[in-house]
Amino acid sequence: MTTSRLIDRMPVVHQLRQSVGLQRGMLVAGLVLTGIFVFCAIFAPLIAPYGYAQLDGPDGNFGAQQPPSAAHLLGTTVGGYDVLSRVIWGAQTALMVVIVAIAMSVFLGILLGLVSGYLGGWVDRALVVVADAIYAFPTLLLAIVVAIAINNGQSGLWPGIMAAAASITVVFIPQYFRVVRAEVVRVKTEAFVESAKVIGASTPRIMFRHVLRNSTRTLPLIVTLNASEAIATLAALGFLGFGIQPTVAAEWGYDLNKSISDVAAGIWWTAVPPGLAIVLTVLGITLIGESLNDLADPRLRARRRAGAAKKTPTPADAVAASQPASREMMGEVE
Amino acid sequence: MTSTATASSVAEPPPALEVRKTGSGSALGRYILIRFLLIFPTVLILVTLVFFLIRLTGDPITAALGGRLPADQLAERIHEAGYDRPILVQYVEYLGRIFTFDFGTTITDNQPVVQVIATYGTATLELVLYSLVIAFIVGIPLGMVAAALRDRWPDALLRVSAILFYATPVFFAGLVAKLVFGVWLGWLPISGRASVRTELAIGRNGGTGIYLIDAIASGNPAYVQDVLLHAVLPALTLGLLTAGIFLRLVRTNVIGTFNMPYIDAARSRGVREGRLVRTHAYKPALIPIITVIGLQIALMLGGAVLTETTFEWKGLGFQLAAYLGSRDFVAVQGIVAMIAIIVAVTNFAVDIIAALIDPRVRY
Repeated sequence: MTTSRLIDRMPVVHQLRQSVGLQRGMLVAGLVLTGIFVFCAIFAPLIAPYGYAQLDGPDGNFGAQQPPSAAHLLGTTVGGYDVLSRVIWGAQTALMVVIVAIAMSVFLGILLGLVSGYLGGWVDRALVVVADAIYAFPTLLLAIVVAIAINNGQSGLWPGIMAAAASITVVFIPQYFRVVRAEVVRVKTEAFVESAKVIGASTPRIMFRHVLRNSTRTLPLIVTLNASEAIATLAALGFLGFGIQPTVAAEWGYDLNKSISDVAAGIWWTAVPPGLAIVLTVLGITLIGESLNDLADPRLRARRRAGAAKKTPTPADAVAASQPASREMMGEVE
Repeated sequence: MTSTATASSVAEPPPALEVRKTGSGSALGRYILIRFLLIFPTVLILVTLVFFLIRLTGDPITAALGGRLPADQLAERIHEAGYDRPILVQYVEYLGRIFTFDFGTTITDNQPVVQVIATYGTATLELVLYSLVIAFIVGIPLGMVAAALRDRWPDALLRVSAILFYATPVFFAGLVAKLVFGVWLGWLPISGRASVRTELAIGRNGGTGIYLIDAIASGNPAYVQDVLLHAVLPALTLGLLTAGIFLRLVRTNVIGTFNMPYIDAARSRGVREGRLVRTHAYKPALIPIITVIGLQIALMLGGAVLTETTFEWKGLGFQLAAYLGSRDFVAVQGIVAMIAIIVAVTNFAVDIIAALIDPRVRY
């Protein structure tokens, strides 16, 4: 990498060039699967043969639990919807939830981590204990409780998306908080922070201009890993009946819940397509995250040539350091 | 702490390390004490969070029975249960009752939550234990294989399948397993913990609630077989998905320790590769694995909710989903609070085990 053109330093492009062999294969597969997901999400109105809540076409009512046919490539659900259309529209719902959830948790997590890590004191200690407590709790149960709190468990489109996103956000904030805080604690002792203090920069300016910009390098990695978790959590909430009503949006978890009884009767086409959609989407995003993780860690990176630049600590270290292993917690709380 | 962090602490001991060494004699005792005291704020935070989140939408009686009872009866029941008092008073009272292990009484079927947990908890415990055994047997050896054959085809295959397992929601895996092995092939039963006849026979004398033990105690091999057959699909579903996580964890950590100088030293002494992985690299990698397993048990309780719903396995998770469906939030709150305590205590136990195995932790 002798040239340092901007494109080489773009997050994913850089890693793509850096990768070799199996790791490159995984990264490319991940990018393709995620690309298909995003494409389906954006162009759902154009690709999907029917609407997500459409019950009848030109030939009259679709009928319930119809096997796959020319008119309905993947059959119809027990509620009489077209399965293929709902799978495609489901991508849109999933993408919206993921974006809202990640945006909210990144914003709040960074803010809390930055303030907590930079200012320290009892607020910091209290926040660390709270974040650890939440982190250790089963995420799904927490998401359920938040879903109850936000909309009593029932939902329209935006209330539903916001509820699912908020449930996921509450689960994720502690992760961003930990990672950013750990970095901030490390960065704030660096010489450039001291210099900024000496020349009289205000605390907010140091925090947001100097410390923050040097504390966010691990975030793209965590965002990718969390995006896949967000989709899984959304589906799980839907599966437990906290999903979005079928008339306002398509949601894979909800459709799977409705297919439990179909499966016992041997009807596969209502369960397999939405399930596969979840698997492939999560798989795609996870493959990207995994590859980025490995490529960020020189010890895990497969090398083309010896002497690749070694950074310590790597982003992967920072992620590892974010795991709430007790001894860290002890060190911080005592 | 993963191997990464271990590596750096070996290279340059953090200052805190020296300070803490002064109290060397009872370091472990002090660690256990502080770690034990940390259980209380953890539980307090979670219980508080759950209490206020659930009460944000109003009182549980309206949520469960609203629309089904006339307004005056509803108001009367709310008054009887004390839900019309200030929320802070109710909160303090709730905390007080938790200390005496009273988690309230469910609204829909009027049972003490503790009773519900005792009745259905054993089923969840049984499922989680089966799954953990499967996850250990499958995940840890395969993770070591993947690390030893790093970047060759078995590693690639194992990693991709581990990611695939991770990407599969447990309920979808369960549905597919039901479809293939239960409906199409007809090999295995697809729902419940045992057939009705077995359930009646082994439950006759009360029993432990753990069906396998009850079935063995009954002395009838047919019952044991029936119970085991029912457990195969749910346990494999939850167990294999967890095994995928263990595999990735073991692989990363063993590879991490593989780069340590002492491994080179052992190799230069002529230790064989297989032994190198099994004894030299694996043991230091065990610490982060144990820590993550602690977290994983908490996550498995979440996975158990989904698995139990998929397979109609009548455990705590199945019951929780049922209470969610009937909007009985006293029951939900009680079960979730109980799980918070289980999680906190499990994490405590895991940290203590880690400290006992690895002296580096307690200093």
